[in-house]
This record gives sequence, C-alpha cells and structure tokens, in this order.
Amino acid sequence: MKPTDTSHPDYFHQVVDCQWACPAHTNVPEYIRLIAQGRHSDAYLLNRESNVFPGILGRVCDRPCEPACRRGRVEDKPVAICRLKRVAADHADAIRAALPTRGAPNGKRVACIGAGCASLTVANDLLPLGYEVVIFEKLAETGGLMRSNIPRFRLPPAILDDEIGMVVEMGADLRLNSPIESMRELLEQDFDAVFVGSGAPQGRNLEIPGRYDTDRIHIGIAWLESVAFDHIDSIGERVLIIGGGNTAMDCCRSSLRLGGKDVKVIARKPRNLLKASDWELEDAEEEQVEIVLNHSPEEFVIENGKLVGMKFAQVEWHDDGNGRLKAKTLGHVTLPCDDVILAIGQENAFPWVERDIGIEFDQWDVPVVDPQTFESTRSGVFFGGDAAFGPKNIIWAVEHGHQAAISIHKYCDGDAMTERLPHQMRLHSTKMSIHEWSYSNDFDSAERRLMPHVNLKERFKNLDIEVELGFTPEQTLTEVERCLNCDIQTVFTDRLCIECDACIDICPVDCLTITANAEEQDLRQRLTVAATNPEQPLFVSGALPQTGRVMVKDENICVHCGLCAERCPTAAWDMQRSELVIPYASDEAKCQS
Amino acid sequence: MSFIRKPKINYSGQRRNSLGLTVRDYEGGMSTLCAGCGHDSITSALVQAFFELEIEPHRVAKLSGIGCSSKTPAYFLSTAHGVNAVHGRMPAFATGANAAARDLYYIGVSGDGDSLSIGLGQFSHAMRRNLDMLYVIENNGVYGLTKGQFSASADVGSKAKKGEVNEQRPIDPVKTALAMGCGFVARSFSGDKQQLLPLLKAALKHRGFAMIDVLSPCVTFNDHEDSTKSYAHTRQFYHPAIDADFIAPREPIRAGYDEGQAVPIQLHDGSQVLLRKVAPDYDPTDRAAAFTYLQRCEQQGEIVTGLLYIESGRPTMHDINRSTATQLRDMPYEELNPGAAALAELQKRFR
Repeated sequence: MKPTDTSHPDYFHQVVDCQWACPAHTNVPEYIRLIAQGRHSDAYLLNRESNVFPGILGRVCDRPCEPACRRGRVEDKPVAICRLKRVAADHADAIRAALPTRGAPNGKRVACIGAGCASLTVANDLLPLGYEVVIFEKLAETGGLMRSNIPRFRLPPAILDDEIGMVVEMGADLRLNSPIESMRELLEQDFDAVFVGSGAPQGRNLEIPGRYDTDRIHIGIAWLESVAFDHIDSIGERVLIIGGGNTAMDCCRSSLRLGGKDVKVIARKPRNLLKASDWELEDAEEEQVEIVLNHSPEEFVIENGKLVGMKFAQVEWHDDGNGRLKAKTLGHVTLPCDDVILAIGQENAFPWVERDIGIEFDQWDVPVVDPQTFESTRSGVFFGGDAAFGPKNIIWAVEHGHQAAISIHKYCDGDAMTERLPHQMRLHSTKMSIHEWSYSNDFDSAERRLMPHVNLKERFKNLDIEVELGFTPEQTLTEVERCLNCDIQTVFTDRLCIECDACIDICPVDCLTITANAEEQDLRQRLTVAATNPEQPLFVSGALPQTGRVMVKDENICVHCGLCAERCPTAAWDMQRSELVIPYASDEAKCQS
Repeated sequence: MSFIRKPKINYSGQRRNSLGLTVRDYEGGMSTLCAGCGHDSITSALVQAFFELEIEPHRVAKLSGIGCSSKTPAYFLSTAHGVNAVHGRMPAFATGANAAARDLYYIGVSGDGDSLSIGLGQFSHAMRRNLDMLYVIENNGVYGLTKGQFSASADVGSKAKKGEVNEQRPIDPVKTALAMGCGFVARSFSGDKQQLLPLLKAALKHRGFAMIDVLSPCVTFNDHEDSTKSYAHTRQFYHPAIDADFIAPREPIRAGYDEGQAVPIQLHDGSQVLLRKVAPDYDPTDRAAAFTYLQRCEQQGEIVTGLLYIESGRPTMHDINRSTATQLRDMPYEELNPGAAALAELQKRFR
C-alpha cells in the first residue's frame, strides 16, 4: 500500500467516528472534554457553532453519532453523546453575551419560508453578516415540526423558545401567521434570495376500506400538531398506531397522556427493520406500549358507523432472491380499537409553488435541488431541511441551513457557489511532559449511564412533564470518561522509528504491526490481529529507516490511550489533537474581505 | 516506561487458548523500564510463548537476580511463582527450587552483568549440572541501572555514550554455554520476535538447561552511534544461521519445507523443533564446528543468531543425582526429615 496521506483533512476526521457521522460534524470529543472540566458554557457554544440548537438536539437528536461511536466497537454501548449534549445545555449560563450579533446592514434581503430548524440556521448564519432576514411562518408559533410534532414531554416549549429566541433576537424579522400562498408573488417582492425551509408537513394516508366511514382515524403528524397546540385533548381508551417510525412512538406515548389505556403500535416489518430509533422504541415499551410486528393493515372495521377495530394480515417476510423482501400472508386478525393514528410516513408538499416559474419538480413531485449548493433550478431560490430531499431529521436540516447560507451569501455577492472553502485540519501535540498528555488518556471501563426518568405514575399526569430528567453530576462525571478522545490522533513519523516494537507490545487492543508492505487485502490478514472491519481504514507509514518495513495501524478499535506514544523512545508516535475547521458563511465572508 | 497501566479491554476478536485464557492473562505488572527498552519486547515474547504453549501460569516459576533484566519477571505471568534473588545467585535458587519441585517450568531471566560478571560461576555451574530450566540473558552490553558502564559482554571498540572505548575482550554467553556443555544454545534479538518466539517455545519444552542470549538494546545508555549493541548496529550485522520452528505435539508440520533443508529434532514431550538452515555450511548439532563458525563470524563483526546448538536427551540434574520420582515437595515431613536418630544412624555408616 502507498503511505497514508494524513495531510488530507478527511483522514483524521474519519477517525473521529462521531464527528464523521454527524451531518453537521459537531466536535463531540472536545465538547465532552469541556463538560468534564465543568466548562458547560464553552461546551454549549462549541456545539452551537455546528448544530445551532444544543438544548433541542440534546433531547431529540437522531444521534447518527452514537451508532458510529468507537466505544460501541470496543464494548457494547456507545458513549451517551446526546445525553452529554443536554448536560452542556442544562448547565450553560451566560450564553447570550457570547453569541454573534447582527452585522452592519449590507443592504441584502433574504426571505425564509417556515420558522423551523433549517430556516433558523440560515438566519443564524446570515444575520451576523448584515443581511435582513424575513422569516414567514404559517403557524402562530416558531419551531416548525420541532414544536408541532415532537411532544412536549420530550421537548419542552421553554427549550424551543430559548434557543429559537437566540436566533430571532439577533434581529430576524419574524412574521408569524403569515403563510406563503404563492411563490410567484413572493418572488415579485424585493428579496435578493429566497430559502424554502417549509419541511415535510403532509402525513401519508392509508387508502383501505373504511377509511372515510369514521372520524376516528387520524393522520399522525396532523394529530400531533393538534395535540401540540391544544386543539385535541383526549382520545379513546384503545388506540392503534399504524407505523414503525419515530412518529409512531410520539403518537403512542402522546395517546397515553390523553386517555389511552390500551395503546398498540402496529408495524408491517420485523423489529430489526423498524425505522424508529432503538431508544424511542425502548421508551415506548417502558410505558407499556405493545409493539405488534409483522401485521399488514387490510381494512377498518366499522359497525353502525362506529370504528370498532382494524383487520390485519399476519405476514412473514422472505428475501425474493433480488435482495427485496416479500410478504407471505399467514392469517388474518382483527384488533379492536376506538381510534387509529396513521404514522406511515410524511411528504413535502408545495401546492403554493407555481409550476411555471422555473422551479422544477421531479417525477415524485419533489423539487430538483443541487445537493451541494441547495439551489433549485431557479437561481436565487434555495431549499433545505425536509423541504429539499424529503424527511430526514433536525441535524440534517441544520447542516442544510449552513450550506444554503453559504450559497446565499455567495449568490448575493455574485461569487461562484461551487467554489467553497474546503475543510481544514489543525493538529497540535498534546504532550505536556515525558508521559503526560493534556487529555485524560487512561481507559475507563465504566458502562454507559442510563438516563433517569420520571416514574411511571407521575409522568402521565399531563403532557408537559418532561420524562427525561437529565444526567446527575455523578452520571456526567462517569460518562465523560467513557469518551475515547478519538480526535487525539496517533501521529506517526516514520523516519524517527527504531523498530523497537515497544508500541506493538504495549497496545491494549493489538492494533499495531511492523511488517513488510503488501496490498491492502493481504496486509489486513497479516496484522497482529487481522483487520476485519473494511469500513475502518489502515494507516500505513512510509518505509522505516532500519529495515524498510512499514508500520501499519488498524484504526478500527484503537482506544487512543496514548500508550504507544508513552512507550516510544524516539517520539515517533505522538498524540496530537486534530481540530476540524468547518467553514461557515461568516468564514466565506472573512475570506472575501 | 509508561505512566498508566495497559488497560484490559475485552474487544471481540481476541484469541483464547485451550485453557480459555487470552494473551492478556499472561501479562504482569506495569513495566518501569525505559520506553523502548528491548527487555519489554522480550517480556512480550515470553507472554506470547506461554500463551501459545497453553501453559497454566501457576505451573511456572520465575527467577531472577539483580539488574534491569532481573526486574522483568514482574512484568509477565503475575500469577506464577517467583523469586527475585541475590545478584548473580539466581541459578542457586533455581537449583534449590527445582530440586524440591521438578514438575514446574523454570524460567530464569538474567542480564549480562548478573550472568557474566558477578554470577559467571553460578551461570557456568547451572549448565554443568544441566538444570532443567530456560535461562534468558537480556544482553545489552552496559550496566543500565548504574548509568551505563561497560559490562562484561561489551565488544572491543564499542564506544560508551560519553565517549570512552572498551578495550577488554567480551565474554560471549553463547561460546561460554557451548564450552560448558549446554544442550540448547541460542542467540536472538529483542527486535526480531519472529525468530525469538519459536526459540522461547522450544527452549521451554527442551529438557535440560536451555540458554538464550537475547540482544536487547539499552535505549538510554547504549543505542547511539558506535555502540555495537544498538538497534541499528544489530540489524546491520544480523546474521541468522539456523531458524527454528517449534511444532507442538499433534500439530501438523506445515507443508512447504524442502525436506533436505529442514531437520526435525524430537523433544521429550513429543513436540518437535524444525531447524532450517539459513547459512548452508552451519551444523547446529556439531559443538566444535559451531564454535569455529561463531569464532569466524565474530572476527568479521557479524552477529550470528538462531538455534546454534541443540542436543536433546542429555541427563539432567535429577537423572545424575538419581532423585526420587516423588517430588520432595510432595513427601510427608517425617520422610523428608526422619529425625536426629536416623541422621546418627546414617552417619555411623560413614565412620
């Protein structure tokens, strides 16, 4: 293999699994270290740079970081990254004074449609540059789906108000109760750019017999919105939720708080194929919701104009030989119910965007959007969040917002949108003295801490009781030490190596080998422990001075304990902190001036 | 040295031997030797050897004298028996222990000072009586613990860190062992585990005294230019003569060896050592020829390594002394010490 090019920012970035997996590339290890030092405000601000809403995301993020976490490969459970983010938000103080402020007006006006996370991120990035940002929201409240679709017992309104307030207070022109009825009319107004962050507000329907013979069948996200804004305050005792995603989990748990006694979630697929996050399934089951698997809806059973049950086919899934799953019906069953909530997906809908104004839509009626610039086929009109590529999650929407803000800024300045600043990587040694590092390098074998919950009797009293209590200080202290500090990189200088084997002998996970060079497939088999995870790269050094062999490191389960560097007599190994530099709109602006 | 213990991490993919132990179960305490010390590498090879031979740690006795090398038994097999003895007197302790409990694996770890200066007499006599043990000399040519004076194995012309040049002839443990009639003589290098590991395994299974002289550079006092015991110098003049593979009983001999090139040597427990000649004119079963070869290479500055002499089946201390089959350890006290009357009766016979 050729020597690994560690000068490319992606190499060390990829080693930081959590940051690599995060759409917004939040610097997780650094904020965990800041929490460990009690610097909660600094941890919050570091989070906010990339993800804008640490308090919200610390509760309801989809957490792509956690399945990626290296700790999950070393032992069972990843670091509770999301919970720690909430710790930073819970204990941060005096944040507002440290936030960016509105820049001197630059005379440019940007319209943002929808006051959800994508639009708010665009505003957050553009207001400091002097843009006038007008946010149009059709509802009477901000937050978009974060407020209307995530129940209050998971995400209290006060948290939304606080973090959205930080953006609006920067000087956004927020116009509530202002639905955009016509894109054409908006474009005729005096805006330099338009950003569409209107989400995916339309729940999928289920057209099976009986669908329109009762008023006790609800569309999940619309129903959640009605609950959020107190238009609905009760539900029947027996409720069936159709769907296996996170919306289904929110619906079933909300039902329990509105009078539901026997609440079942009915999914067509087996457990391992459910879209809901594991932790959301666990939380629902803790509340005694039954998850019924492999049941395919067939019809609503209506007797005397009243919904009394729902008929399902019990199915079994087989691979059809082409990698697709095919259902085989085993039997039929009717489950009694008073209400049914459909949580089988959602779509974006643009009835207010005229189809003759240069904004193209594809065969699924989704706008055609450039994945790098987020510009639509009409110049100056940008899409982001669920509105762009369909339903994803908050953290993706935030990242879309950041990227769209860069594009809008470049567009307004007349610069090429595709010529964007690249990621950069800063490296600095953490060496303090011969064997002392500026991070806690010892491996802590503690197991993942469990989030304390309000007890099962208390929590159903009303919708406002936040179930998760947040980590105690003791839990935080333990959990922060579980982080392996993957951003403290093992940096190797081949010309210094004397091949004494000290690093290989001391490595607790046997990830180092000195051997004759070979092709990757061969090399992976010949290591001290064979490298069996093809998703994790091998580091290969240049030829070593004494024998011409190479140092090979399998990045897969390195625990970044620094023992290789402690045992190295020539400092050929060094533990260096890698810091990913992510450009935002403000950085693009600085580069121009 | 490192300042934190090597953490125990149970990652998937860790191998276990037939005893259900991982290689980590054969480790010992945290090493306090200098970072990069060859001794730590030898420790690591020993850990691997015991793991692969599937020896229960409590069936091993570790013995050492004084010196950097003699600290190392603390760094492997923390659940084995062990004695850290007086400087140079480890063989006497080993002899006593072996006399009482002959069914353990004995491993002595010594250094060039401990074996070739203060302990040369003990070292020689242990070989003479063919004590059944593995004797590892971690040889770095300097007294590391007293800040780098030349030891008895320093080569003529080798320069100390501060500049003085050694003029005294070295004592070569390999030639000494050949002269003393040792039945298993090897030399290796801490930086070449591929060679060292099978040697350690074969030596542990060899019945009788097995001596391995392991060049083990002292990174602090003897790894500079003009040192003849540095990593760089050793690699430059490294001259493997006979490579050995250790093959456990019932383990199939891997194909691919040219029959004429590989010479199998049977060990007492059914395992085999497969010798492969790297130097075609070398015969590891001919003591006199081996001696001559070593002498010739030494004059050219070459460092001959490998399994340099092997002769299995020589009588051990217990054979020569016709010791009881029952280990002294297992004898009842009355039998071991029949009392003053019995002693007087015995003495009468010699009057």
